Amino acid sequence: MNRELPRWADLALLPALNLLLALGVSALVVLAAGESPAAALQALAIGSFGSWDSVGYTLFYATDMAFAGLAVAIAFKCGLFNIGVEGQAAIGGLGLALVMLGLDSTLPAALVVILAVAAGALAGAAYGAIPGWLQARRGSHVVITTIMFNFIAASLLVYLLVNVLIEPGQMAPETRRFAVGLPPLSDFGFPGRSPVNLALPLALLAALAVWVLVWRTPWGYGLRVVGSNPDAAAYAGIDQGRRIIAAMAISGALAAGIAVNELLGSQDKLILNFTGGAGFTGIAVALMGRNHPVGVLLAALLFGALAQGGAELAFEMPDLPRETVMVVQGLVILFTGALGALFRAPLSRLLGA
Amino acid sequence: MEATLDLVVPILAATLRVAAPLILAALAGLFAERSGVVDVGLEGKMLFAAFAAAATAAVTGSAWAGLGAAILASSALALIHAFACVTLRGSQVVSGMAINVLAAGLSATLALAWFRQGGQTPPLTGAARFAPIPLPGAEWIAEVPLLGRLLVGVVGGHAMPVYVAFALVPLAAFVLWRTRFGLRLRACGENPGAVDAAGVSVARLRYAGVLIAGVLCGIAGAAISTAQGAQFSPEMTAGRGFIALAALIVANWKPWPVLWTCLGFGLLDAVAIRLQGVPVPGLGVPFPVQAIQALPYVLTVILLAGFVGRATAPRAAGVPYVKER
Repeated sequence: MNRELPRWADLALLPALNLLLALGVSALVVLAAGESPAAALQALAIGSFGSWDSVGYTLFYATDMAFAGLAVAIAFKCGLFNIGVEGQAAIGGLGLALVMLGLDSTLPAALVVILAVAAGALAGAAYGAIPGWLQARRGSHVVITTIMFNFIAASLLVYLLVNVLIEPGQMAPETRRFAVGLPPLSDFGFPGRSPVNLALPLALLAALAVWVLVWRTPWGYGLRVVGSNPDAAAYAGIDQGRRIIAAMAISGALAAGIAVNELLGSQDKLILNFTGGAGFTGIAVALMGRNHPVGVLLAALLFGALAQGGAELAFEMPDLPRETVMVVQGLVILFTGALGALFRAPLSRLLGA
Repeated sequence: MEATLDLVVPILAATLRVAAPLILAALAGLFAERSGVVDVGLEGKMLFAAFAAAATAAVTGSAWAGLGAAILASSALALIHAFACVTLRGSQVVSGMAINVLAAGLSATLALAWFRQGGQTPPLTGAARFAPIPLPGAEWIAEVPLLGRLLVGVVGGHAMPVYVAFALVPLAAFVLWRTRFGLRLRACGENPGAVDAAGVSVARLRYAGVLIAGVLCGIAGAAISTAQGAQFSPEMTAGRGFIALAALIVANWKPWPVLWTCLGFGLLDAVAIRLQGVPVPGLGVPFPVQAIQALPYVLTVILLAGFVGRATAPRAAGVPYVKER
């Protein structure tokens, strides 16, 4: 029964099947909503890749998804399920915004942006490390603590934006605009008008760094041992606790990339709920991408296209809201993550003969 | 005296009202997790149930039909959860999160497509809502000084689901601790191997635990959209499922403490709403309401970390059971 699937089937066929199934069930939902699934799919495709503008937006959203997916994936590799990407991104955004608000008119633009990115990553890392520490040293389950930390971060951000950081004289809970930000890719010749910005190459670099760290260093080997067999890790003398704390810190730092893309690349100010649920989509991205940086990048492109296509879909077909793509996301998480065994056995019987 | 009562009675009444869906959802989590299946999908099940209840009540004009639809909708999601966790032995947390995302997408999509009111269902009136039930004999109980007003104002005047929630606490305590089914269910969450060795099906008991959770989340969702509120709007459960999860942990997975914890969280919520925009005496700055709202989550983390007290989850919760071959 427990035959291994061939590598190509595990990496390509299974995710493709899961995606097809998710799209199939979503088509039923679209039918139930009284719309044509074919028309919806067409609107999705044109909305996400139909013009340079939409390609730019797709890449912009894909940047969020890539950071979120990498954050979830590196924690998964250490055997941890980090549901707290939303909160870590929010706190990362807070750290980033504090540096921008304090220094953006005194220091040179390039320097302040680098400092802000570093501050965001540090803040996100610290906020990820606390649940990691609680798991490693106090035995509190990281799933539950990160859920709680999401709400604590949201409350903190609401309090600060409503009472402290709000621009004086304004009603909306937002900070003032930053004086500088990350330049959009259109400054470097990317066609069309879209907010895709330098955070995209930063996400690609982050993916490369994760790959090198986790798959090409002794430290990363230890991380994967802790994730796949804690007993073996203990026997090999690997300090599990330190790996867990470090994995959660790196995960939090990666989560802060969402804040870099959204706040420095597009909004130019700190606002509420800037993550737009990307932290949760990151779970789908990581599961679909098999927790490997290359897979995560491909899945991020797919979910970026869904996010952008979903916005256009809502515009084209007034009866379908943006949330329609959440149905696809939820089903992908379900099929790839929880119902993964559904296809594994029949497939291995089919292919392993 | 009268002035104090004027202040206290509405806050206590709101406490019971707010606590009711929390109690239902936390009891749902109690049954699922005591059987050994972690349920982080309480939120999604409640949200989908809230939509099903409001949509059905809007179409049929009957709150009871809405309640039935809510229980069916929530149980359908619970069935998926059970199939993924018990039959396929998939990751319980991933399945729960999938249900949360799926429910948010489904409810928003169907609400917009079916009712075309910006994602809301039509406002419910009359028999399509669970109306407040006045305390029997309220006129003469109210004559009793102090106690009378408290009884009529705080205990009376709630809708049916609120009373159901409170009645279910002793029932859950009885079922879980005084019946054979309850003993076996709890054993599944502690040592499923022993249950299996005794010749009882672990899978069947876990399905039962997860499905009971589905039914309870269904009642909770109906309470939110057809008793507390009078329509469905997207994201209307607003994290209550996760507060219920927190309450379950603070209550150490026991029914009576679930009641006290949910009442405590409900009181915090009622007080926070009261204090919105009220300045702190002597400081002049507005009261940090968000601090009160974040308190349940902070408290849960502190308890989980074992700094104060200790939260002990059912030992086998989260671990799929593999029958030996």
